[in-house]
Amino acid sequence: MWGDWHQVWEIVSQPDNVPIVALLFLVPFYVWYACRQAFATDRLIAQLETDPQLAKTHHRKVFPWKAGWDREVHVWPYLMRIEFLAAIIVTIILMVWSITLNAPLEEPANPNLTMNPAKAPWYFLGLQEMLVYFDPWIAGVVMPTLIIIGLMVIPYVDANPLGNGYYTYRQRRFAIWTFLFGFLFLWVIMIVIGTFIRGPGWMWFWPTQTWDHNRLEFAVNRNLDQIVGIDGSWLAHLLPQTLKASSPIIARAIFGIFPLVLYVILAAYLIHLICNLTAFSRKIYKRMTLLQIVTVQVLLVLMLSLPVKILLRLLFRIKYIWVTPWFSI
Amino acid sequence: MPKENGGNKRTGLLEKVQEDAKALKEFFREKGKEELEGLKEPEKTQLFRSIFRVKHDETPRNRALSVLTNLFFHLHPAKINRDAVRYSYTWGMGGITFYLFVVLTFTGVLLMFYYHPTKIQAFRDILYLENDVPFGKLLRNMHRWAAHLMIIAVWLHMFRVFLTGSYKRPREFNWCVGVILMVLTLLLSFTGYLLPDDQLGFWAVTVGTNMARATPLLGHEGPFGAQLGMTPYNDVRFALLGGSIVDANALLRAYIWHCIAIPLIAAIFMGVHFWRVRKDGGISGPSPVMLESEIKEEKGPRPVILRPSGMR
Ligand code: HEM
Repeated sequence: MWGDWHQVWEIVSQPDNVPIVALLFLVPFYVWYACRQAFATDRLIAQLETDPQLAKTHHRKVFPWKAGWDREVHVWPYLMRIEFLAAIIVTIILMVWSITLNAPLEEPANPNLTMNPAKAPWYFLGLQEMLVYFDPWIAGVVMPTLIIIGLMVIPYVDANPLGNGYYTYRQRRFAIWTFLFGFLFLWVIMIVIGTFIRGPGWMWFWPTQTWDHNRLEFAVNRNLDQIVGIDGSWLAHLLPQTLKASSPIIARAIFGIFPLVLYVILAAYLIHLICNLTAFSRKIYKRMTLLQIVTVQVLLVLMLSLPVKILLRLLFRIKYIWVTPWFSI
Repeated sequence: MPKENGGNKRTGLLEKVQEDAKALKEFFREKGKEELEGLKEPEKTQLFRSIFRVKHDETPRNRALSVLTNLFFHLHPAKINRDAVRYSYTWGMGGITFYLFVVLTFTGVLLMFYYHPTKIQAFRDILYLENDVPFGKLLRNMHRWAAHLMIIAVWLHMFRVFLTGSYKRPREFNWCVGVILMVLTLLLSFTGYLLPDDQLGFWAVTVGTNMARATPLLGHEGPFGAQLGMTPYNDVRFALLGGSIVDANALLRAYIWHCIAIPLIAAIFMGVHFWRVRKDGGISGPSPVMLESEIKEEKGPRPVILRPSGMR
C-alpha cells in the first residue's frame, strides 16, 4: 500500500530517529558552510596566482586585515566567552530536547520474541545495511577495521602539502571527493537507508509504502558462477579419481578468482587515472612514495568494492562473486 | 546624694551602654558600608584572590595570567590567532564534543545511583527512574540525547578537521588519536544501549554482537574459525558477552565497559588529544594560503615513516 504518510511520521518521529533527522539537516548545512568558505578562499588563490606582486604583500586570508592590527588576541575573554556561550546554547538545546522527547523504553528484553526489524543503533546502521551485500565477516569485521585503518593512514598518504589550515576545494580536489564519497555516500546515506527504507525482514520499503510483515522476497540472487554455468564437469576430467566428486566446488573456487583479479586490475587502473587527471594531481602523484601509492590503491580498491557490489546486486542480482567452502565474497 | 549618686551611677551605666551601642552601631555601619562597597569589586577580595591568584583587571599581563594560572583554563594558550576564534573555522565541534562528554559523565554518575546491572533489577530501575525519581525522566533523557548529540558532533568535528586539511603535518598523529576517540565514542554509546535491558537494546546488541561470530579466524562462523576450533562457547563473541547469548553476564560486562573502562580510556585519550593540539602549534588555522608555485621540490626519496615530525 502506498501513500502511507502516517507510517512515515511514525518512523521520523521515533525519538531514537531524531538524531538522523537532525543529521539530514546538519550535514548538508555544514557541507554548504564549508563550500562557501572553500570557494571564497579559492577565489583569493586564483587572484594571487595571477598577480604575483599582490601575492607578496597580501595577508593571504579571506578575512579583513589592516596593518597595525594584532595578529593574536587574548584567549580570555575573546575565545572563552564563545566557549561559555556554546556550552550554554548546547545545554539549552539539550534541556528542551529532553523535556519534549522521551528516551525510548520498550518491553523488557525477551529472547523469545524477535523484534522485526531488529535494528542496530542508528550510528551502526551503515554496517547493518552492508550486510545486505556482504557476508557478516566482511560487513561486520573487515569493513569496520578497514574504515578505522583507512582514516588513520590519511595523514600519512596525503602527499599534497597545500590546503593545510584553511578551507579550499581547488587545491585538494581528489582528497575532498574521496572523503565526501566515503562519508556521505558510504556512511551517512547508508544510515538513512537503514533507518527510513528498511522494514521487516530488512526488506526495501519506499517511504509511504506500508510495512508488510507477511511480504516474502524470493531469493532470486544468484552467484556469478551459476550465471556463467560453472558446474565442474569440465574440470572433472582433469582431476584424479579421489577428487572427482568435489570438482564443482573446486571449479567454483578457481573460477571466482578471475573476476576478482579483473576487478582489482580495473579498479586500480581507474584510481590511477583519477590520481593523474590534472597537471596538479600528476605533480602530487610524483611526490608519493611507492609505499604511499600501494596503500592508497589497496584501500581505495577495497572501498570501491562496496558500491560495485551494490551495483552488481541491483543490476544483475548477483549474490557472490567468489564462492569457496570457507568463505564467499 | 547617695540617692543621686546611685541615680547618677545608674544613668551613667545606661548612658554608657547606650553610648557603646551607638558607637558599635556606627562602627558596624562604617565597616559594613566599606565592605559592601568592596563587594562591588569582588575581584579585590581575599577570597577571590586566593582562588584565582591574579588580579582581575584588563591589563594584557593579567588577562594572560588568568588563563595560565588556572588548571582548567591553561589547556588554552594565553593568546590565539585572531581569526581562529571565528566560529566559521572550527565550528566549535571539538569543544562541543568535550562538553557533551562532561555532561554525560555528570548525568551518568547520577544515573548510576539508581541503577543495578542485574537482570532482575535493571529494567525496573529504569521504570523507577522514569516514574518515581524526582527529575529521573529528565536525567535519563538528557543522558540519552547528549550521547546521540556527541556522536553527531564527533563526526562533524572530524569532517571539519578533514576539510581544513588540519591532519597534515605536524598534526598527523593527533588525527589518529582522534580516530581512536571516535571509535571509543561509538563504543560508549553502544555499550550503553543494552543497559535498560529492554527489547530495543537487547536486539540491537544481539544484531551487533552476532557479527562477531563471523570474525575471521576468531569467530565460530567466520572464515577458518571452525577449522581453528572455534565454537559458540569459546570464540570472540563469547568473550564479549560472557556467554553464548545476551544475558546477565553480557549486561554486567556492558555496564563495566560503559561506566568504567571506556570512559577512563577515552578521558586519557582526550588528555593526549588536547595536549597535542597545543604541542602541535595550536589550532591549525585559518592560516595564510599557500600557492601551488610555492611547493618545495622534494629532493631524493621521501621516508614517510622515518621523517621526524613536528617541523615543517
Ligand atoms: C571525543 C572526541 C573528540 C574530542 C573531545 C575532540 C576535541 C578536540 C578539540 C577541543 C579540539 C580543538 C579544536 C576544535 O575544537 O576543533 C580538537 C582538535 C583536533 N581534533 Fe579533535 N576531538 C575529538 C575527536 C576527534 C576526531 C574523531 C578526529 C579526527 C579523526 C580529531 C582530530 C583532531 C585534530 C587533527 C585536531 C587539530 C585541529 C586543528 O589544529 O585545526 N578529533 N579536538
